[in-house]
Formats: sequence, structure tokens, C-alpha cells
Amino acid sequence: MVDENEGTEDMSGVRVLVGTRKGAFTLTSDGRRGDWTVDGPHFGGWEVYHLTGSPVDPNRLYASQSGGWFGQLIQRSDDGGKSWTTVGNDFAYEGEAGEHLWYDGTPRPWEFKRIWHLEPSRDDPDTVYAGAEDAALYLSTDGGLKWKELTALRTHRTGPTWQPGAGGMCLHTIILDPVHKDRIYVAISAAGAFRSDDGGASWLPINKGLRSGEIPDADAEVGHCVHRITQHPSRPDTLFMQKHWDVMRSDDAGANWREVSGDLPSDFGFPIAVHAHEPDTIYVVPIKSDSEHFPPEGKLRVYRSRTGGEQWEPLTNGLPQSHCYVNVLRDAMAVDTLDPCGIYFGTTGGQVYHSADGGDSWAPIVRDLPAVLSVEVQALP
Amino acid sequence: MIRVVLPAHLKNLAHVTGEVRLEVAGPVTQRLILDTLEAQYPMLLGTIRDRHSGKRRAFVRFYACEQDLSNDSPDTPLPEEVIAGKEPFIILGAMAGG
Repeated sequence: MVDENEGTEDMSGVRVLVGTRKGAFTLTSDGRRGDWTVDGPHFGGWEVYHLTGSPVDPNRLYASQSGGWFGQLIQRSDDGGKSWTTVGNDFAYEGEAGEHLWYDGTPRPWEFKRIWHLEPSRDDPDTVYAGAEDAALYLSTDGGLKWKELTALRTHRTGPTWQPGAGGMCLHTIILDPVHKDRIYVAISAAGAFRSDDGGASWLPINKGLRSGEIPDADAEVGHCVHRITQHPSRPDTLFMQKHWDVMRSDDAGANWREVSGDLPSDFGFPIAVHAHEPDTIYVVPIKSDSEHFPPEGKLRVYRSRTGGEQWEPLTNGLPQSHCYVNVLRDAMAVDTLDPCGIYFGTTGGQVYHSADGGDSWAPIVRDLPAVLSVEVQALP
Repeated sequence: MIRVVLPAHLKNLAHVTGEVRLEVAGPVTQRLILDTLEAQYPMLLGTIRDRHSGKRRAFVRFYACEQDLSNDSPDTPLPEEVIAGKEPFIILGAMAGG
């Protein structure tokens, strides 16, 4: 007799953390990822740019809650999102704020707008980094109660030349290297990518090989509109980047980049993700162009490369293949660590899609949330 | 006892339902009301005014006694009716879409 649950009964569960324009939602399932419970909205009416969990304590969650009326708040949960506590929101620029370039090329003082991204430590649930608009990196070591700016990034010698992208001058990507404990990668629109090898005390622009036709010098040291960077923990020196245009790859910790857009129908897009168990399998969602932020031909297609770029295949099974004009934002794609690997993404139309088989087939978990800003997923014990 | 009306989002944040009542010591001004409010409900820090400059957030307004006090000096004494608790000091989010 074959137990129909054989092979799945000891599977853990998953919790998908969704930040939207009007609140946060959690979507939970057992390891089969077929039946979902939707909980929310938390912080209804507020923008939740990011909601994420600690890798070492899945019950510890952090949320960036903000809005045009009442500013920035950080919420923390110690019970997996059942209850939340407001923690610290004192995000000050240490010392002189300084100036960067505005859209019209005039100097403009740094001004805090919001937190785009929260990145909890791989080792300590009370340690968490926060990426801000206007670009700055903050660190809390007490569970979000107090925040201290790591000033060397904002005060980098190139800082006065940084300009915002259309979405603001946001620090949206933070990668804490799993091997080199003092190594941090960040990306800023539209300054580019930076690496620190000393825990944020100093920073190196890592944009060599990027070519951006939107700036006067396409090969400039900074000024590139990097949309997202991802890394597989087993191969930490390999980075994959979705730039404004171009999908890029580095195999030397960002020192040099090469384009791997290959046969994509469009190499414009926002998110990029790497398979949990296959470090050369990556996922992007091509968008038609910088002026038309929707899928080419109205077909929502995730593209998968099993070769670390260059060769791509469209994944369409279960995704709308006509009249689909949503976008997928940079922080709105995630993978789980189950086997087979689950892939998740949210759209500006409020759908959260998932695949429980590495992208071969897709189904919506929910269809009618507010516009999705971020998606993260946790494997639960 | 000073009566303060909060907008819905800030009521939720402060875990209150109706009006907030504050014991305010000293000449009653916007600044003193906000100082007292934030001391009693620290989760409201930064939501009504900037934490460092003390400047009112752009889309927050202060009303009392059918007057818009938003652009008054934060140290201007508030109307007698507010001081006497007959009228509330109203904090609200300005009308805006989205």
C-alpha cells in the first residue's frame, strides 16, 4: 500500500510574506504548497515596501511600514506575524547630510523618505540592516529598536554625483555574504552596486562591465540603474543582476560584470532570483521596456536559465498569456528551500503566483491583493 | 484634561479607539500637546512631526474650534475651549487620493 502522503509527510511548511501598497499579508501552506491560508491585511492602508523574516528564527519578522501622511515605521513580530510591535523609526543621517544630484542636475540635500528593504542577519535575529531612500544603509543590533547609519556608503567620494532613478534614490538590495562575514553588497538606483569587505566601514563601487545607455558615459564608475542583485549561498562570488536594461553576471564578487541577457525577448525587468538548489538556474520576468512597464505581448512569462544566463526558456504554464499588463517589482520574487524548489512572485495587479516545481507550472495563491511591492518566503520547521 | 482626536491610522497604531485624554502640565500649546502625546504613545514618534526638526509632516493638519491651526507657531497658546477640555485638538491626515 502506498501512502499518498509518502515523501511529503515530513515536509516543512512555508510562509509567504507579501508587502503591498495597502498593507501586508501572510500566505501559509504545508510543504505540498497546494492549500493556502491567507492572513491580513496587517497595517491596512499603509505601504509595506518590505516584510521579511530572520533566517535563524522564522518567528522573527520585520516590516517596513510607511505612507505619505505619517512617515516611516518599523514593525517587528516575534510570533511569525500573529502580533506586531512598533520598534524604532529614528533614521537619521549621521553628521552632515550632504548633497547628491537631483533629476535636473542641481545639488539637493539628502532627505529621508522611507525604508525600501530590510535584511536580517544570517546569524542573529536581533541584527538587521535597512536600506533607505535617499540612499543610506542602517544597522540595528537590538531587534530594530535603535538604528545607526553606516555612514561610509552615503559619504563615499562618488555620493555627490549620485542621482535618483524614477522611483527615487533608493537603496533596495542588501546581500550579506554567507562566507565572507564582513562582506556586504548593496545596490542603489541609480548609483549602482557597491561592495564592502569590512562590514560597511568602506565601500567599493562594483560596476565595471555595466553599460547603461541612459547616462552620458555608458561605462561610468557610478550612475547605473541596478534593479536587483541575487546570489546563491553555495557560490558567493557569483552574482546575478537585473539592471534597468540587461541581465548581468559576475563571477568575481562584482569586480567585473558580463551581460547574459542572451535570447530573452526583452532584457528590461526588475526582479531576479536564483534556484535554491541549482546555483546556475536563474529566473527573471522580462518587461517590454523602460517606458512600457508590462510584459511583452501581454503575456506574463517567467524566463528560466539553467546555464547561468544566455540561454533562456519561457515558463508559461498557468500564467496568463493574453491581455496581461502587470509589472513585477524588484523585491517581489522569492524562492523557498524545499525540494522541489518553490518560486513565488507578486504583481502590481495584486496576484501572487507560485510554482512548486521550479517554475514548470504556476498557480495563483491570491488574485486580488493591492499592488504587490515585495514577496519573501520562509521555510517553516 | 486635553482632548485629542487622532486620525484612524494613528489610533490603530496607538491601540486607542476614541479620543485621547492628556494631562498637560504648563501653558497648553501644540508643542506641549505633541510632546505629551508622544511621551504617552511613543509609537507615534515621527508620525505627526519630524523627529528631529519637529516640523509638522506635510499632510498632517491641526484643527480646533473650527480653525485651522496647522501653520500657527507650535508655541502659540491654544484656544481656551481646548485648554478647558470643551473642544478637542484634532490631528488629521489631509485629504489626498490613493
